[in-house]
Amino acid sequence: MDVLGTLEKLVMESGFAGFFMAGGWKNLVMIVIALVLLYLGIAKKFEPLLLCGIAFGCLLSNLSYFVSLGGENALYHPEIWSTFLDASSPYYHSYGYIMSHAGLLDFFYIGVKAGIYPSIIFMGVGAMTDFGPLLSNPKSLLLGAAAQLGVFAAFFGAVLLGFTGNEAASIGIIGGADGPTAIFLTTKLAPHLLGPIAIAAYSYMALIPLIQPPLMKLFTTEEMRKVKMEQTRAVSKTEKIIFPIVVASFVILLLPSTAPLIGCLMLGNLFRESGVTDRLSDTVQNALMNIITILLATSVGATMVAETFLNIQTIYIICLGLIAFSISTIGGLIGGRIMYHVTGGKVNPLIGSAGVSAVPMAARVSQDVGRKYNKTNFLLMHAMGPNVAGVIGSAIAAGFLLSVFG
Amino acid sequence: MSDLINISVGNAAITALMGYAVVFLGLVLLMIVVMILGSLMKKAAAPDNADKAVETVSVQPQHHPAPGSAGELKLYDTDPRDAAMIMAIVADSLGKPINELRFISIREVKE
Repeated sequence: MDVLGTLEKLVMESGFAGFFMAGGWKNLVMIVIALVLLYLGIAKKFEPLLLCGIAFGCLLSNLSYFVSLGGENALYHPEIWSTFLDASSPYYHSYGYIMSHAGLLDFFYIGVKAGIYPSIIFMGVGAMTDFGPLLSNPKSLLLGAAAQLGVFAAFFGAVLLGFTGNEAASIGIIGGADGPTAIFLTTKLAPHLLGPIAIAAYSYMALIPLIQPPLMKLFTTEEMRKVKMEQTRAVSKTEKIIFPIVVASFVILLLPSTAPLIGCLMLGNLFRESGVTDRLSDTVQNALMNIITILLATSVGATMVAETFLNIQTIYIICLGLIAFSISTIGGLIGGRIMYHVTGGKVNPLIGSAGVSAVPMAARVSQDVGRKYNKTNFLLMHAMGPNVAGVIGSAIAAGFLLSVFG
Repeated sequence: MSDLINISVGNAAITALMGYAVVFLGLVLLMIVVMILGSLMKKAAAPDNADKAVETVSVQPQHHPAPGSAGELKLYDTDPRDAAMIMAIVADSLGKPINELRFISIREVKE
């Protein structure tokens, strides 16, 4: 037996030897990025439920693809998804082809590609959301609209930087501060950018308590920040039950492309409010949401392969994402200021920044900043109105972009 | 389609403005719908409230004063201010007046 030959073969076939092959360093960089993201998720608690899964998906994808050099043992195969999207290929949009060549994470990714996971996450969000504050103060919908400014500003910025219309639309939606919407739209319009866009969206959502307060201070006066808002009216149970039915019907008729997101959001909310589907509401809020979060996060992380992630576009996306978030916050604050003046000082403009979705983090930031300037102020419930309006607003923005570029 | 993929700066500006306008339009229309829904609900609730008011007036002679505290509340490692907030939150969550609920004790759970 040729012992030395066998050992040499084992060494050459191992993943470690792959680091020294052409392009091997890129996978090493991706593995380091995955470890950094794991650190941010675990030690810094940046959206840990998602970031841990995304980071580990990235780690698994790069380890397995790297070791097997894209072969049978890889957990995720970017090349079969390229074939899936290639209109000239005989396997264009062929899930059969995907199924016969897929690794574990490819199977997970089918749910992202088909738009299933983001929609189910929206169902969970709907089941967890109380739209009462919005119903008691419908004008807060205007703040949810104003805070979508960053979506379209970043879209425009991305076009200026040379991105295609589809890519720019996917980048812009980061400004909606809504992870599932960003993933949903990107999968439809620019799937090759899914990794960096998901990372940017969730990282900035986690950084809202750092990003928003300086802007809130900059765009409001101390007098405005001290405004104590009046108690809103009580909302009846019937109103809460009718609301999801009305919103689903109205928004889907207005923009049919929003149907998966708005439909699931409102179905989840109906489960919550109807009072006769408590078991379903509980399942959607907890078990189903958790299962889908695992599948969504790991499969999104799996798309972060060196070939598509390590380029200048990723840097642009990270920068544009931050700009989008900041401009959305500013848009909401300007909307808040306008409402402050129109109502003769009855609206605290700080609730405007909650118009970016990120439920309920953005509303909590409004509450914290408001209390800093007036200890007796309690803005949380007032900020929840624009906050949940932002969810609907970002879904409408995504629907518009999908109609134009889809 | 190819115009939109390789979109010009001018077209991008128009698309961005149009998109923002569509979001506003959608949410303004939704606001109007929600306002109409709210006013319809108020109107529907008004006769009920009026009936209740009449009933209240008619039963007033037998009306008993609010029972107030129903016994002693024991607090373990909880200050009275926190206890008051907890009771208010529970009453609000259950949708019942606080004087219809009985709290026996409140204890801080230490991990």
